[in-house]
Amino acid sequence: MTQNVYIYIFIMAAVTYAIRVLPLTLIRKPIENQFIQSFLYYVPYVTLAVMTFPAIIHATQSPISGAIALIIGILVAWFGFDLFKVAITCCATVFIIEMFL
Amino acid sequence: MNKQEYSIHSEENQSAFRVGVKNGIPIGLGYLAVSFSLGIAAKTAGLTPIQGFVVSLFCMASAGEYVGFLSIAAGAAYIEIAISTLIANARYLLMSTAMSQRMKPELSIKHRLLMAFGITDELFGIAIARPGYLNPYYSYGAFLTSSIPWALGTSLGIIAGNLLPLRLVSAFSVALYGMFLAVIIPPARKDKIIAGLVVLSFAANYASTYLPFMKDMTDGTRTIILTVVISAVAAILFPKQTANKNTNKQSIVTQNCDSSATNKKEIQP
Repeated sequence: MTQNVYIYIFIMAAVTYAIRVLPLTLIRKPIENQFIQSFLYYVPYVTLAVMTFPAIIHATQSPISGAIALIIGILVAWFGFDLFKVAITCCATVFIIEMFL
Repeated sequence: MNKQEYSIHSEENQSAFRVGVKNGIPIGLGYLAVSFSLGIAAKTAGLTPIQGFVVSLFCMASAGEYVGFLSIAAGAAYIEIAISTLIANARYLLMSTAMSQRMKPELSIKHRLLMAFGITDELFGIAIARPGYLNPYYSYGAFLTSSIPWALGTSLGIIAGNLLPLRLVSAFSVALYGMFLAVIIPPARKDKIIAGLVVLSFAANYASTYLPFMKDMTDGTRTIILTVVISAVAAILFPKQTANKNTNKQSIVTQNCDSSATNKKEIQP
């Protein structure tokens, strides 16, 4: 059976948008429940942490350069540098380390 | 309720838009690198550069698009691509819910419909790190400068495939993770519970890639399961203090101000 690529694209876009738009439009009141409040407070940190490691060491050509970029990135972010500086520092770290590998 | 409050002609909204545009640029640069590699997957699925551009503009999700491209390449059933897109993107449901708690309750449906397009991990991260109610114009600005490189990168990946030196691709590919770190580490420095959760999340995800049942899951599925479990346990063990109904909203805003204090000096103009 041959599938239509535009129907695939439409399904992907519709499902993705529905996930993003439903809570934003349907939840109009502050959630009073303390558990849900606390849960939502922790979600962004946990999800970003989960997505960072170990993915970062598989993203590079060598796991060593990825691991060093992770450590340097944590240090640079720890001292309060902004998004762009942390990102560029990680890229430069990988680039330099991989010249010697 | 002042009608002017959400007008593009208001000085405050224009300035929020400009800050958004500025904050979106580094994210856009990171996106360009990531979507370039996504474009290589799209090419395998047989997509044209224009189709890749459209998918990335309307979906704007790395893991979600990636599973989509894999499904298209495999000639999957329509229901299958719908379910895998749903699972890979389920975390946005949580992010959207978290954002709904930081919107001015009177904010119109029009702004809510538009803001929903820009809920990605990074755009969510920088929006939620700002103190007080979310300004839609900040989100529009950040969406503008990050979505275009994202879509463009996908097209370039389809066109240029393997032209870029491997070492350069390798270096670019960590930009995204650097951005994640910039969002989670400053609050972790201020709040020991968040610091503990970050370490636990790293360890749990690493361990799960070796666990018999979880190792066969896609990254997207693992992310959602671990996020729900770890955040729920943390919410039970370390509930955020809320004195009474009237101060609830206030305390959330204050917590977010505190936790983003280190970011603030950079993110704010």
